[in-house]
Amino acid sequence: MLKKLLIANRGEIAVRIIRAARDLGIATVAVYSDADATALHVQLADEAVNIGPPAAKKSYLNIAAILKAAAETGCDSVHPGYGFLAENAGFSDAVTAAGLIFVGPSGDAIRLMGDKVAARGAAHAAGVPIVPGSLGRVDSIDAGRAILADTGFPVMIKAAAGGGGRGIRIAQDLAAFEQAFPQAQAEALAAFGDGGLYMEKVITKARHIEVQVLADGTDAIHCYERECSLQRRRQKVWEEAPSRALSPQLRDELCSSAVRLALAVNYSGAGTVEYLYDEDADRFYFIEMNTRIQVEHPVTEMITGIDLVAEMLRIAGGEPLRLTQADVTVKGHAIEVRLNAEDPARDFAPFPGTVDSLRIPGGPGVRFDSMLYPGYTVPPFYDSLLAKLIVHAETREAAITRMARALSELQIVGLKTTKPLFQALAADPSVQAGDFHTRWLEGWLEHHAARLTPNLEP
Amino acid sequence: MPVIQSPLPGTFYRSSSPDTPPFKAEGDAVAVGDVIGLIEVMKSFHEVKSEVAGSAIHFVTDNEDPVMAGTVLAELS
Repeated sequence: MLKKLLIANRGEIAVRIIRAARDLGIATVAVYSDADATALHVQLADEAVNIGPPAAKKSYLNIAAILKAAAETGCDSVHPGYGFLAENAGFSDAVTAAGLIFVGPSGDAIRLMGDKVAARGAAHAAGVPIVPGSLGRVDSIDAGRAILADTGFPVMIKAAAGGGGRGIRIAQDLAAFEQAFPQAQAEALAAFGDGGLYMEKVITKARHIEVQVLADGTDAIHCYERECSLQRRRQKVWEEAPSRALSPQLRDELCSSAVRLALAVNYSGAGTVEYLYDEDADRFYFIEMNTRIQVEHPVTEMITGIDLVAEMLRIAGGEPLRLTQADVTVKGHAIEVRLNAEDPARDFAPFPGTVDSLRIPGGPGVRFDSMLYPGYTVPPFYDSLLAKLIVHAETREAAITRMARALSELQIVGLKTTKPLFQALAADPSVQAGDFHTRWLEGWLEHHAARLTPNLEP
Repeated sequence: MPVIQSPLPGTFYRSSSPDTPPFKAEGDAVAVGDVIGLIEVMKSFHEVKSEVAGSAIHFVTDNEDPVMAGTVLAELS
């Protein structure tokens, strides 16, 4: 078992990790920037070390300062949380090289899954369905035409050498493809000196479904799925488990494919395999694997009763997986919403400030993961997540009712938050029916955002 | 002396990315509405536009410095 853990993070996740460590009798060391001297994670940890100025790159991303803090306080391990250095392979390597335990996978596993093409190849090799398209580069229009049999239309064409969204073309039919392919080739050659292209099916209406896995480097299990289709600008805002969209058979296929991938890459720790689910075609496709604990992990904890962060710490401490697949069972339905310091009525403009008073919801089936306390001033330097409100109930319908009840109890006075968004979503017929996809929320916001009135309560 | 204050708390940047030149060099003339920098608040970026004009700008806040709402970023002469 680990003895003393440095938490290389801040905010609600640092608080969450400190709680799990203390439940296991592990001593905790917080790190903080000049802007976070009064933060809750600093108050709750056994010790706290200042690691630099407010800017993240000078503090929470400063590997040398973090390792120095770990050495000076006699830590044997480091938990990266999510964001910041959590998926930085070099950080995992550096922690290990310093003789400490990194609570997460090896640098090599992070590197493999961080490289989209390599991850896609690893998934394919493990028999995990990938979005139909070319496995490698496509060098001729004849080869491209052959791939259309798998992708259908619309199809995306992009430069194999290009990064990000550069040089992407979408063809809706064969005529458009015949025209776009040579253009994309010429453009790729001009821009990158390499005319190689890459093709992928465009899935226009999909749900985002992801599978939680736990692995110890030898064995792997899944803790079922979460659905996170309600997104704004690719950021999840509302997550739930289980997904109402999956049949029992498809759920079984989806979850076992995630375990196959974890086993294939000798994964260790907690991880999440993300998929797109094409409801019309009733098929799912691998997108990526996140090699960290995720923001929305509590919904899985609520339906399975497993403390995922504690399991991460046990695995990192050298224990084999304590649970077999048969030990993991699902009870009821859980929903999480992300309360951000943003004004939904003003295009989600950030709203840092001071919490004048705070009323936290409670009662059966309600959990509130947060770093807020009355009098706390939210610094403007980091992300806007203030709190996660998680509810659990016997059914999805009851969970939505409970979410509305808990939101009505919640008061964060002094800040504008996304609470009105979730009150409106909980009352929305499409959300209640579970009838949505990853682009649904942005369309909904165009019609409803103005009515999400500010909540400088009371 | 007219001054330009930060409208928001956050981090001040004098250019749109580390690879691009600053919006205004020291001593540049400023017209009303000119962008003189960015404030990063909770990972979103907001332009700072001057509400006053001047023949020469003098920055008193450095690039990447943390600022509060009302912090003087620059003076104009």
